[in-house]
Amino acid sequence: MKGEKSNELMTFLVEEVLRYGSDTLPAATEKRLSEIRREKPSVPVIYISSGSAAIIAGSEKSAEAADLYLKEMGINGLIVRTGGHGPAVFEPIFSVQLPGKNRLVFRNITEDKVEATLNGVFHNDMPDEDLVAQSGSTGFEAWHGIPFIEDIPFFKFQKRVVLENFGFYDPESIEEYIARGGYRSFLKTIRNYTHEEVCDIVERSGLRGRSGGGFTTGLKWKYALNSASDNRYLICNAKESDPGSYCDRSVLEGDPHRLIEGICIASYAIGASNAVIFLKTGSPHPYTRLKNALDAAREYGVIGHNILSSGFNLDIIIREEAGAFVCGEETALIGSLEGKRGMPELKPPYPTSDGLYGKPTVINNVETLMNVPLIMARGPEWFRTMGTSNSKGTKLFSLGGRGRYTGLIEVEMGTTFRTIVEGISDGIRDGRAFKALQIGGPSGTFITDKNLDLTVDFDALKEQGIAMGSGGLIIIDETTCMVDFVRFYMDFIHKESCGKCIPCREGTGRMLEILENIIRKPHNEDSNATLERFKGVMQLEVIASVMKDTSLCGLGQTAPNPFISALSNFREEFEEHIFDRRCRANVCRGLRTFSIDVDKCTGCTICASKCPVNAIYGTRLQPFFIVDDKCIGCGICKDVCKFSAVTVR
Amino acid sequence: MKKIEDILGHYRAGSHESLIPILQDIQAEEGYLSENAIVQIGRFLEMSTTKIYGLATFYDRFRFIPCGKVHLRICDGTTCFINGSEAVINAIRENLGIEPGQTTRDGKFSYELTSCMGGCNEGPVINVGDNYHNHVKPEDIPELITKLKVLADLK
Amino acid sequence: MQFTIEVNNKSIKAEKGETILSALNRNGIIIPTLCRMQEFTPTGACRMCVVEVEGRDRLVTACSALVEEWMKIQTHSPRVIRARKTIVELLLSNHPDDCLYCDRNLDCELQKLSDQMQVRERRIHGSKIKPRRDQSSPSIVRELSKCILCGRCIRVCEEVVTATSIDFINRGRATHVGPAMDRDFNFSSCIHCGQCVLVCPTGALHEKHYLSEVQEQLSKNDVTRVIQYSPLVPYALAEELGVKYHRDFDRLLNAALRKAGFEKVFLSGAGTDILITELTDEVLSVKRAKTNKPLIISACPAWVKYCEQFFPDILPMLSTLKTPQQITGAIIKSVVPAGGDKSRVYTVSVTPCTAMKFEARRDSMTRKGISDIDTVLTVRELARLIILYGIDITNIDPEPADEPMSLRSSSALLAETAGGMTEAVLRSILNRAGGKENDKQAIKKLRAGSPFREATLAIGGIDYSVAIVDGLKGVEKLMQMLGSGASYDLIEVMACPGGCVNGGGMVPAGSREAVRQRSRFVFQSDEQEAVRGPEHSASVAELNDKVFKQCEELSDKKLFHTHFAKRDVLL
Ligand SMILES: Cc1cc2nc3c(=O)[nH]c(=O)nc-3n(C[C@H](O)[C@H](O)[C@H](O)COP(=O)(O)O)c2cc1C
Ligand code: SF4
Ligand code: SF4
Ligand code: SF4
Ligand code: SF4
Ligand code: SF4
Ligand code: SF4
Ligand code: SF4
Ligand code: SF4
Ligand code: FES
Ligand code: FES
Ligand code: FES
Repeated sequence: MKGEKSNELMTFLVEEVLRYGSDTLPAATEKRLSEIRREKPSVPVIYISSGSAAIIAGSEKSAEAADLYLKEMGINGLIVRTGGHGPAVFEPIFSVQLPGKNRLVFRNITEDKVEATLNGVFHNDMPDEDLVAQSGSTGFEAWHGIPFIEDIPFFKFQKRVVLENFGFYDPESIEEYIARGGYRSFLKTIRNYTHEEVCDIVERSGLRGRSGGGFTTGLKWKYALNSASDNRYLICNAKESDPGSYCDRSVLEGDPHRLIEGICIASYAIGASNAVIFLKTGSPHPYTRLKNALDAAREYGVIGHNILSSGFNLDIIIREEAGAFVCGEETALIGSLEGKRGMPELKPPYPTSDGLYGKPTVINNVETLMNVPLIMARGPEWFRTMGTSNSKGTKLFSLGGRGRYTGLIEVEMGTTFRTIVEGISDGIRDGRAFKALQIGGPSGTFITDKNLDLTVDFDALKEQGIAMGSGGLIIIDETTCMVDFVRFYMDFIHKESCGKCIPCREGTGRMLEILENIIRKPHNEDSNATLERFKGVMQLEVIASVMKDTSLCGLGQTAPNPFISALSNFREEFEEHIFDRRCRANVCRGLRTFSIDVDKCTGCTICASKCPVNAIYGTRLQPFFIVDDKCIGCGICKDVCKFSAVTVR
Repeated sequence: MKKIEDILGHYRAGSHESLIPILQDIQAEEGYLSENAIVQIGRFLEMSTTKIYGLATFYDRFRFIPCGKVHLRICDGTTCFINGSEAVINAIRENLGIEPGQTTRDGKFSYELTSCMGGCNEGPVINVGDNYHNHVKPEDIPELITKLKVLADLK
Repeated sequence: MQFTIEVNNKSIKAEKGETILSALNRNGIIIPTLCRMQEFTPTGACRMCVVEVEGRDRLVTACSALVEEWMKIQTHSPRVIRARKTIVELLLSNHPDDCLYCDRNLDCELQKLSDQMQVRERRIHGSKIKPRRDQSSPSIVRELSKCILCGRCIRVCEEVVTATSIDFINRGRATHVGPAMDRDFNFSSCIHCGQCVLVCPTGALHEKHYLSEVQEQLSKNDVTRVIQYSPLVPYALAEELGVKYHRDFDRLLNAALRKAGFEKVFLSGAGTDILITELTDEVLSVKRAKTNKPLIISACPAWVKYCEQFFPDILPMLSTLKTPQQITGAIIKSVVPAGGDKSRVYTVSVTPCTAMKFEARRDSMTRKGISDIDTVLTVRELARLIILYGIDITNIDPEPADEPMSLRSSSALLAETAGGMTEAVLRSILNRAGGKENDKQAIKKLRAGSPFREATLAIGGIDYSVAIVDGLKGVEKLMQMLGSGASYDLIEVMACPGGCVNGGGMVPAGSREAVRQRSRFVFQSDEQEAVRGPEHSASVAELNDKVFKQCEELSDKKLFHTHFAKRDVLL
């Protein structure tokens, strides 16, 4: 791929764009850039989103099918794989642009639908069921009667700044990134500003750490810059610990060069010549994208030795973590990079003075760094126009769970959660009732209907004892049992506790056991058991508060949050489990009682053959019955009975 | 042995910070970390095997027994949980008779739990090699395993 | 710089740069701690030492946080006490509750804390940790279910002993402490020094007990029971029993041991004297041969194993002489049976050392399958034996030990400190040369506290240069010196920092200062005792002039030597 032509292109981009002295480029240059951006394509272009969500939904197969289609039909067209568009429910997403016309966005184009869809586009016979919207700008012919993408609810309430490139460009192409203005703010930065000035600008922009803590980024950089040392490090925390969040992953897949540029600027700001991207393990797609992007950046000379003759050196490496939630914590992360067990250490000293290999180190979240190039390009004042008084800019969330439309979203700070749930997600799937919004993963809390009007704002949330978290946002409906959900998180955290300090290691264990006890099957239970269960909950509250008060690191300090929050918002559900031995969501296996309706049962024997514990007895063609003592509540019998004879209570 | 030496050749002797990348490379090559490998790394990095083993067991990704011919990765992320992954995991556990991280006696299967794979909307998600199985239900498991057994036999 | 901080609404003086804990302790306030070890950097693992600092959201660990001028601290507020108590209750919630059967019953930090925190009810129920007991090592037993994961053992083994034989394994709920590959101890690089036992706050690590074996032997009619004890044992026993040590205590111990049922009581110190004599001969003969070959003392079995594992290349430099315990044992098993059945003589050795338990099991320490030493007891076990047999050691008549090993020189006691053996050899050389006093300055250098020290002494116009490794941390330096061509006439390595005064079978000293205190006792006794070198010891004369000559097995002294070989363990 790196042949003559691309060498010429590279020279052009480096010499005539990146190195060009002024912000405004000559018209000829602009024209060529516009071509690279495919602004006015002369052939049809099929954009296929290919983030993890899309790939899991089968986008690769669809892309191959599309390729085959073009070949077979003899159509001279282009296929561009882009980052995820956002709405995961729509994956695989195709958006097709015919020359001179607006782009058409199609949803769920699995392999089998490719032909029909493309046939529709090329023969002007739209399959409207899969057509979501059109997207375009002035100068293109609009399609009649097709809504614009900005107007459909999922996009209408978002403000896409970090995600602005998503779905439009090929994240594997540094050429396209540069053509879209990429790496120019980095160049501008090293040319025009001192380290202090960059820290200052970013501080003035009001950017706060997006990993959840909300620490002022510019200030953190200053601490590191002002720690005397011969060497400093920048670490991009792409660990994405939250088991239900995929923001960082999507960003890495969708716009790796923006992240690299952010890292470049941040490294320059603190005077670091080495940066590490600490990447979540088991993410083959983000890893390859990022690695290719880094290679390209190196080839283009935007990282490396004496970057574009500026005298600034920077090397960026990727280090894959090895699978431990707690390694998202700063000191554990550093330990892990140094080749140790990732156990958090006492702070102070803070990493900004004594970090990686004992050198001043700044650790920033992916999303934080994604904002940096924009701030440098458009100025801190621009950034301050977005958001609330103390929380500027936008915030990404990976919206998941039971909402109608879920996926990666970006909203302006100050947006209410109601807008997210009722607007962007457009309510709950299958017409069910909203129960809660879980924010911040296993260290987070629940937002219920009564505080859905809270806004996305570090301080407003903190006031309510709610942690912003790193981007996990999960919509829960009535089919989720809160006790069970909290138990799931506690199980996760207990597994993930590093085991160093007693309150966290033992506290999470006890909390988990108490919760498990609450949802356990009441086999031959004496009256004492109820009392024990109740006492368990009393202890839970004490354990929770001591954990918060004494744990060494953020993991233990926040581990009780889901429980505390669930208990205060859904106390009655806990009580039902404890006293009535009933799970209203019908989730807790142990509390479900299955029985067979003798009137409906035909004695077909299917259930008996599928029951994993042989709890169903009967004679063929006679009504069957379930032996409750044996039944483990798995529910398979109910699912397999064709006559709806199995009932659950 | 040779392969391990080749891998070690990419790193600087005595550099403790290379430990995790080395372990990752070796596991990628051999599928697990053998005692032999650990001893060799220890010599190369001038590190106690105690420390290497202590470190490796801290992290989920390292295993000390070979993977099965078919290795399943099951999403244990939050959204998949909401969508019923726990029942799926239980079904796999019951069907294969092993815990995550273990390998069946016949060497055909092993599985691990992962956090979100990024395909929440398709959950519960199971990943086998390059393939993803979406919206998996517990009752699908016996059939899936039977299908995969054929694959394992071919390997 | 000093300033005042407010603690419990009163001002106290604090020193800039010190921890809150240290400021509190100096001002009469005690804070419970669990993971802290003096002279180690704090890890903040246990959270027992939390205090309330005004202006901080969360409680602060006193062991690690430094005092600052603005601080207002509450050390025993309800919030703090509740936190500490809950932490103890959490630890107990899955603890085996085996106190009555536990090695550390009545001497356990967890037990004490539970009492201090007034835990009187089980409020938090947890499922018990599955019992797992590793008895594979002849010296150290691990009881994993009693471990509270404070990490003290790991740090000692790595930072002090440098064997790095144990580490945390797994994470979170599955965390436990163990050797590489989660093997049992006998496969590991553990050198049996017992330093980890000294710091373990609970019964999770303790020496392997052989008391029931001893009891069984004591109840037999057809066995001659012989016991020997190291020079430091009487002093250490007094410490363990909590009685005052005095100069006649050694002779009280002889009486006590006989009361317990031992027919003969010998002093291992006599064996030490023989060792010093032989070693002196070796040094002098090497010196005469002018080969410049350094001689490394092999009197510490933990060091020997360490050397076999980590530095097999220098094994040829090791003196092949056995340890005092084994020399004494060899003499006993040769002499006491008087030509009769060796297996009818049961020998026990009491030492401050856990590694000796391992050493007694080495192949070369047996003859035709019969060990020279059958059982090794630590000081702690000896105390239990004396208590078990109801002996009031403060209230019996002193008795001498048995011939031919009833006496020892003060050099033998000196050898219980790191550097002492070297000093004793130098003293012997001086004595033989007819000199009077060793160079005081040089001796002071030998006794100083650093992990590696060297000195050169001129005796009779000849320079003797010696090196001492006091705790294995000094080995690195020794290797550097040897590598860079330094030559010594004698090198001593003691695994335990301070020497056997800080052995794994002793009462835990708790701090370097306490170890130094014990060394000072040894130096003082050395000053005061009449017989200061083996040359003047009647027992040595008796052994050399009569016993060895009369006994065929001992006549060529071959039995005092052993051999070493590279050892294959998981390093
Ligand atoms: C248990 C734990 C897990 C964490 N996981 C992550 C993570 O996955 N990603 C992340 O960016 N920060 C994580 N953090 C926060 C980081 O330690 C660190 O504060 C952050 O990367 C700073 O970035 P920011 O200032 O840009 O927000 C975690 C913290 C704790 C205590
Ligand atoms: S709070 Fe939990 S994760 Fe953090 S150091 Fe303590 S045990 Fe480890
Ligand atoms: S719920 Fe499951 S265990 Fe119970 S009877 Fe039905 S199939 Fe059997
Ligand atoms: S599957 Fe349904 S109809 Fe058939 S035996 Fe079971 S309960 Fe009866
Ligand atoms: S370790 Fe302590 S608390 Fe535990 S059983 Fe032994 S004496 Fe009791
Ligand atoms: S302390 Fe209490 S429980 Fe223990 S033996 Fe005495 S009476 Fe029994
Ligand atoms: S006995 Fe010594 S070498 Fe063995 S584990 Fe304990 S401290 Fe380490
Ligand atoms: S064995 Fe003892 S010293 Fe080691 S971690 Fe466990 S309790 Fe602490
Ligand atoms: S220094 Fe003494 S107590 Fe320690 S291991 Fe060596 S011989 Fe034993
Ligand atoms: S609340 Fe448990 S399942 Fe309902
Ligand atoms: S939670 Fe399973 S893919 Fe996201
Ligand atoms: S003694 Fe302070 S944390 Fe353990």
